[in-house]
Amino acid sequence: MTAFQIIESTEHYDAIVVGSGAGGGMAGYILAHAGLKVLMLEAGPFYDPAIDALQLRWSWESPRRGAGTTRPFGDFDAAYGGWELEGEPYTRASGTEFEWFRARMLGGRTNHWGRISLRMGPDDFQPKDGVTDSWPITYDEVKPFYDRVDRMIGIYGTVEGIHNEPDGIFLKPPKPRLNELYIRKGGQKAGVPVIAGRGSVLTEALPGVKDRGTCFYCGQCGRSCKVYGDFSSSSCLVIPAMKTGNLKVIDNAMVREVLTNDEGLAIGVSYVNTKDLQEYSVKAKTVILGASACESARLMLNSKSSAHPNGVGNSSGLVGKYLHDSTGAGLSGFLPQLLDRKRYNEDGVGSVHIYSPWWLDNKKLDFPRGYHIEYGGGMRMPSYGIFGGTAELGDKIPGRDGKPMGEAGYGKALKEQYRRFYGAGVGMAGRGTAIARLDNYCEIDSNKVDKFGIPVLKFHYKWANEEILQAKHMQETFQSIMHEMGAVITSKIHGPETAYGLEAPGKIIHEGGTTRMGNDPKKSVLNKWGQAHDCKNLYVVDAGPFVQQGDKNLTWTILALSMRTAEYILQENKKING
Amino acid sequence: MNRRESLKALGLLASGTGLLAASSCGPEKNKATDHSDKPPTEKLPGVQDFEHERNLKLQAEQFFSAHELSTITCLVDYIIPKDEFSGSASEAGVPDFIEFIVKDMPHYQTPMRGGLKWMDIRSQKKMGQVFINCTTDQQIKLLDEIAFPSRSIPEVEQGVSFFKTLRNLTASGFYTSKIGIDDLGYVGNRPGVWSGVPAEVLQAHGFATDEG
Repeated sequence: MTAFQIIESTEHYDAIVVGSGAGGGMAGYILAHAGLKVLMLEAGPFYDPAIDALQLRWSWESPRRGAGTTRPFGDFDAAYGGWELEGEPYTRASGTEFEWFRARMLGGRTNHWGRISLRMGPDDFQPKDGVTDSWPITYDEVKPFYDRVDRMIGIYGTVEGIHNEPDGIFLKPPKPRLNELYIRKGGQKAGVPVIAGRGSVLTEALPGVKDRGTCFYCGQCGRSCKVYGDFSSSSCLVIPAMKTGNLKVIDNAMVREVLTNDEGLAIGVSYVNTKDLQEYSVKAKTVILGASACESARLMLNSKSSAHPNGVGNSSGLVGKYLHDSTGAGLSGFLPQLLDRKRYNEDGVGSVHIYSPWWLDNKKLDFPRGYHIEYGGGMRMPSYGIFGGTAELGDKIPGRDGKPMGEAGYGKALKEQYRRFYGAGVGMAGRGTAIARLDNYCEIDSNKVDKFGIPVLKFHYKWANEEILQAKHMQETFQSIMHEMGAVITSKIHGPETAYGLEAPGKIIHEGGTTRMGNDPKKSVLNKWGQAHDCKNLYVVDAGPFVQQGDKNLTWTILALSMRTAEYILQENKKING
Repeated sequence: MNRRESLKALGLLASGTGLLAASSCGPEKNKATDHSDKPPTEKLPGVQDFEHERNLKLQAEQFFSAHELSTITCLVDYIIPKDEFSGSASEAGVPDFIEFIVKDMPHYQTPMRGGLKWMDIRSQKKMGQVFINCTTDQQIKLLDEIAFPSRSIPEVEQGVSFFKTLRNLTASGFYTSKIGIDDLGYVGNRPGVWSGVPAEVLQAHGFATDEG
């Protein structure tokens, strides 16, 4: 390239949405349906689950039998990307850790997520313990949007009336599998409630929704669904929004910068086509960032101008700060009661059939907030890694006569042991509140750019006692449930030397908080509508605006808040035009 | 769209693949007849270009020598032999799978190549010939030294470690093949309706039939 040229689009949009995941997808959907001309820019390729899902493929259709060499969750998982992307590095300050998962594709990470759809509760928005800042909004203000998301996208669950685990408008939940009945019984004995899961899967037809199929129970939501039976932003939001004729998607478009005018207002964005490296700029009245919490923060920090010397919307200096993921730890084993079990199809849904909402009173505990528990196990499709280490369990596996089987070694006895063991596994994983802290953050690395020449993020993140003590409590709870249901633990039991198995920050892929909302422009980046305090036509709709997430998975709240922000944008437009 | 319409949209009702009809069959009726469960060479929709190119490139390369592959074939059939329920590891294509996986995950290359060599050296020392040239009795003696970690002697620790790795890879390769999946009796990966644990199973496990 000898002549550097930026192609300027002549089209002037009402809104540009950066990113097509839960936040961007919902904003695009609402605005396009309201008649606005919307341009959506996605860094990855177009992706339609109806065509591209690897659903119902068999393990042998992958030469590595579903192993995670090129996709962290295995060959059939729907996410294009992972914790490491070629040519798109990030760095970490020494002594700190963070793993940053990015899915580059239409719909982003919603194509492969667990569909676990929990509302944050009144105490998550307005904490009573004083440990973290309150949100500028209450549960009651968000509730109508949660209700609309439930009706529009669909969620199964049971009405339980738990104060901080608000009920939604539920479809019927899938019935528990056999191992889950044992877990529920063990939980009861251990004092841990186990209730029906809450997942965005259409277990029955959703009233008023014609273009989506009903779940046919293959248990593979992680591969995304060809009949749109679960929620992906691609299938449920972006593709329907395109059908209005008001939303245009440009894929393989990596946004470089938010462009602003002399008054500091956003006028559009510049981006690079990741395939041919051609540079573009596009104009719009409103710019909406839904690129993911860290990617949106990076984009704002990289958008410097005389009006915004620290990056657009960053007069507070808080863009990138208060980064927080969920905590995570797990334990696995097997149920001797399930050895030699009868075979039948128990694939069920790909989201959780059961879970344990947080159940304890923190006044009696040595850490704030809490966690929920997700459970696994069952007769799943065998894939790479099956029976890894099973032969070494030796005496832990009882034989048919109840006496230890001993080491099977090899041969017919080993085959018999594998057959006997299949489907007996059981696992549990805690997902808890990690405290949003000023000193856990991402910033622009002053020494490094990615392959597009865009400065990259540098992460500073350390767990503190609150998170470690929570993980300790998780491990005690898991062991107690395992014991009460008569399971044999086979995974490592983590102690203080490994921080009780607490996963590195970022590993749970629930990062948020980097563009927090608030009423005070000095203490927050966005106002309570997700609008930048110092750039009135710039909005953020991913998990960046979260002041503090609960132990609830983020997606349902991202959807509700993005819907709320999009409707605020429509109201503001009406005022101007009205 | 109801479930029937969903399946129609997927092409599973009209196509005659028998997926729906097969959902009520037990593993016995579902025995695979096609044992050539080679991964497809054409790119499946949804597989990224770089992934497909990488697969083709790895498939075109050869890591193990003919002797190494013969030794692997011999060993994996000891680990998973043919029995009255299903075929052997080599019948299920396990040696090909291992050949692919060590190229896909290069951290396996040294432990596998070195482990095979260790086997031959041990065999030469104890039996006066390489492993594949030993008699069945000799081979079993050599395997018994390394297949049971709880009673193995310190001088064969490296062999024990190699055997664990090989056994895990063999299990991965075998039980993800058609033969292996049928052996285990996995009957999912097809459209159906999940209405809970079958009543007789609930009963056998002491749960009330209205539980769930």
